Amino acid sequence: MEWKMSEQGKGSVLIAGGGIAGMQAALDAANSGFYVYLLERRPAIGGKMAQLDKTFPTNDCAM
Amino acid sequence: MEVTRRPRFVDTEKCIACGVCAEKCPKKVDDEYNEKISQRKAIYIPYAQAVPQKYAIDRDNCIYFKSGKCRACEKFCPAGAINFEDKPQTMSLHVGAIVLSPGFSTFDPSGIRTWGYGTFKNVITSMELERYLSASGPTDGHLVRPSDKKEVKRIAFIQCVGSRDLNKSQNGYCSSVCCTYAIKQAMIAKDHVKDLEATIFYMDMRTYGKEFERYYERAKDLGIGFQRCRVHSLEPVRDTSDIYFRYIDEKGRQIEARYDMVVLSVGLCTPASALELAYHAGVELNENRFVESSSFDPVGTSRPGVFSCGAFSGPKDIPQTVMEASAAAADATRLLAGARNSLTQKREFPPEIEVCDQPVRIGVFICHCGANIAGVVDVERVARYAQTLPGVAHVARNLFSCSQDTQDSIKNTIKEKGLNRVVVAACTPRTHEPLFRETLKAAGLNPYLFDMANIRNQDSWVHAAEPERATEKAMDLVRMSVAKVGLLSALPAISVPVSQAALVVGAGLSGMVSALALADHGFPVTLVEKSSVVGGQARHLFRTWKGERIEPALQELDARVRSNPLIALHLDSTVASAEGFVGNFKSTILSGKTSTTIDHGVTILATGAQGYVPEGEYLFGTSSRVFTAIEFDKLHMAGDRRMKEAKNYVFIQCVGSRCEERMYCSRVCCTHSVQAALQLKEENPDGEVFILYRDMRTYGQREELYRKAREKGVVFIHYESHLKPRVKSLEPRRLEVEVFDHVLHEPLRIVADIVVLATAVVANAATAELADIYRLPIDSDGFFQEAHAKLRPVDFAADGIFMAGLAHCPKPVDESIAQAKAAAGRAVSVLANSSIDLEPTKATVVSANCDGCAMCLDVCPYNAISLVAAEVAGAKAGLRVEINLARCKGCGLCQATCPKDGVFVAGFSLEQIAAQVDAALAI
Repeated sequence: MEWKMSEQGKGSVLIAGGGIAGMQAALDAANSGFYVYLLERRPAIGGKMAQLDKTFPTNDCAM
Repeated sequence: MEVTRRPRFVDTEKCIACGVCAEKCPKKVDDEYNEKISQRKAIYIPYAQAVPQKYAIDRDNCIYFKSGKCRACEKFCPAGAINFEDKPQTMSLHVGAIVLSPGFSTFDPSGIRTWGYGTFKNVITSMELERYLSASGPTDGHLVRPSDKKEVKRIAFIQCVGSRDLNKSQNGYCSSVCCTYAIKQAMIAKDHVKDLEATIFYMDMRTYGKEFERYYERAKDLGIGFQRCRVHSLEPVRDTSDIYFRYIDEKGRQIEARYDMVVLSVGLCTPASALELAYHAGVELNENRFVESSSFDPVGTSRPGVFSCGAFSGPKDIPQTVMEASAAAADATRLLAGARNSLTQKREFPPEIEVCDQPVRIGVFICHCGANIAGVVDVERVARYAQTLPGVAHVARNLFSCSQDTQDSIKNTIKEKGLNRVVVAACTPRTHEPLFRETLKAAGLNPYLFDMANIRNQDSWVHAAEPERATEKAMDLVRMSVAKVGLLSALPAISVPVSQAALVVGAGLSGMVSALALADHGFPVTLVEKSSVVGGQARHLFRTWKGERIEPALQELDARVRSNPLIALHLDSTVASAEGFVGNFKSTILSGKTSTTIDHGVTILATGAQGYVPEGEYLFGTSSRVFTAIEFDKLHMAGDRRMKEAKNYVFIQCVGSRCEERMYCSRVCCTHSVQAALQLKEENPDGEVFILYRDMRTYGQREELYRKAREKGVVFIHYESHLKPRVKSLEPRRLEVEVFDHVLHEPLRIVADIVVLATAVVANAATAELADIYRLPIDSDGFFQEAHAKLRPVDFAADGIFMAGLAHCPKPVDESIAQAKAAAGRAVSVLANSSIDLEPTKATVVSANCDGCAMCLDVCPYNAISLVAAEVAGAKAGLRVEINLARCKGCGLCQATCPKDGVFVAGFSLEQIAAQVDAALAI
């Protein structure tokens, strides 16, 4: 099916929240050929995970 | 839809993140990144590695916005980036779908007097502890207590603060992550303070995730204490800042405990901003203020076209969040597949500059990695030393070389200084080499004119106690990289076409969900099932934990799979052999006696698992009244006479799970038993139902079922693994179950009509077979091993192969579906491209030296080498080897085997390696 001009924005996705969930969703959608608007309330993305020191159960650095 | 961009008051195009503004800003503000333990300025970057690395003004705290005076940042900013006139901008966006991922906030325990949080200084939240433990935190990773900065020697963790608690909080649900994060924090804290005494006070230890049970055992081995009890309240110890409380231990004794610091393991809640977002998006939330979704559509919401992922739809850990994120992306773009690539642009790089005939000019960039490297290695000395090495034209140091602004500055430096080789001495090439290669590309250099000196993972981290020698090692590593990089030559990009079709192995619930998602995205799917029916283990299941019936959902999936023209379903079939790599797999499917070979770009393995057979345990197989949970469900549904007549039921948990042979939790059994018990109580309120458990693991919002079951009179009795219940045959139709009761402190005998064993989920044989065929790793429990426990829970380390469902680890229906959709989404991100770029570090034949002896053919593990007849100037010149670039992984075995220097891996020639070795031995 051909995409028509009337369906403005159909090739794009809006993602509200730039934590680990929003970032992963944004990367997947973009790598699948969609334009992504990624919204974040704070001045930087990263969310709660950026505040974590290490992650279980491997004790890997969260950053 | 309308989106408002709030003013940042800093022009991100101009800001160079030099930090002068924050230095000059007179206003200090509690730093939310460090949980307000430290302070930042009113103009700030949220954290060192923040993306973007651009400052922002916090309007609510800025002196200028409050009093109309100051503007110090503007005065001192060398880039002219400050703009106090910045205004909110409202944009009108047209999008095809929306994904909501606003996350969570941690429960705020202030105001609950019994915890004393906010009153007693040494009572902190787990999020605060996270910052105390972090090297980039307010105490540089030193575990000191807030009141007197004394090193903490005794620490207690109180679980379920703001979770599983309808008295002190409104949150009846379990927050899913706190048990395991408390274990992690106790472990890391013990790492910081060797003789630390750490105890976790918990109700049920809910380490239900993959590898979590082993983690729990490891913590016990490390000497971390675990105390099963509910601490009522905390009190200060007079004249000290210590914290005191009393609790009842498992033997019923009252114990008085005193700690330097108490950590409240706070739960997860939906923040007010997310409630607002739900309102604007028109999405319904449930009574726990999480997005309401169906088990069969775990990332869907009440509004079509709007999806959610992460903690917004219930408390969950990172891997589950990441799976849902990939699933949400897949579902959001599913209906938009026709518009793929209509609005995107490809990233353009400048044309590559030919530099190999120019004299070598090496740039060396040395990373501090905050204090990770610079805290041990004398980076200034390393930099001075690098300057003296031959060929080095420029040396620079960076606080975080991976940050966006440093990337830009490296790019500009390459251009300005005319550098044609680059060495970055930093963390590890494993994670960061691709990033720096992109930086070279952006500067117009071939990305392979680069080498990374690993001065963090292989130096500062492992030699933290010997800074002097670590510095010398860093100098050695830099010298080696510089010696090698000068000999590197540009490697041309290699690209291979993608076969835009998928193979899904296993037509259980997960496999069918993956296949349908791929087909909806427009890609043909071959779906292979070894049995004669679809549905897998889900055929034996009755209801999801939310109460939805599974059978109709399976029937619908079955019908959709069979009628979808893009899905070729092969029943009674197996994968016999496979070869190839991402974009270009070739698998041979065996159906009876016919074999077909198909080409596919991606592979999804959803081969399921099976139930543990408790042969000989608890009279299973001997008594006709002892069943596994699945047998029980079937007989119960079928109205079996034994079930109808029975009055007393006993469920025994952890049969085959959490034991030496299978040190993992099977995740689904607690919830199943509770659900079955509720059903039995509903059918016969006078009947007695007992659940004998080790820890009730009704994680997340499943906790509601546990609460209801207790209300309805289901009796829960805790047992320890060394005091397992015993089942005895009393008379032909009755059983006696004996269990040591921890409340009564004596053995309790229960007369039972039916005993149900909550048996483990165990890996099946197909998992190991497919792992062998596709050369994939399996974990120590026989399940597929994902590429990264947190960040790549669906991918294998090998590109283009993904996993879903029980073959990865035990999980319930909703989580299997989320993973199946995620696997499809990850696969689509490969199939959406018609070609893939491969690493050009491949085996390369030196025709003049190769004499066709073929020794390399025998050692190549990837079957990438073949013998061909060579011709020189039209005449036959004997045999030579030839490399299949797509199969070659650049492992170098051929190079190590060749006696004639006839083959080498590009970027790792003998000459280049020798230069590195010589440099290593030079001093």
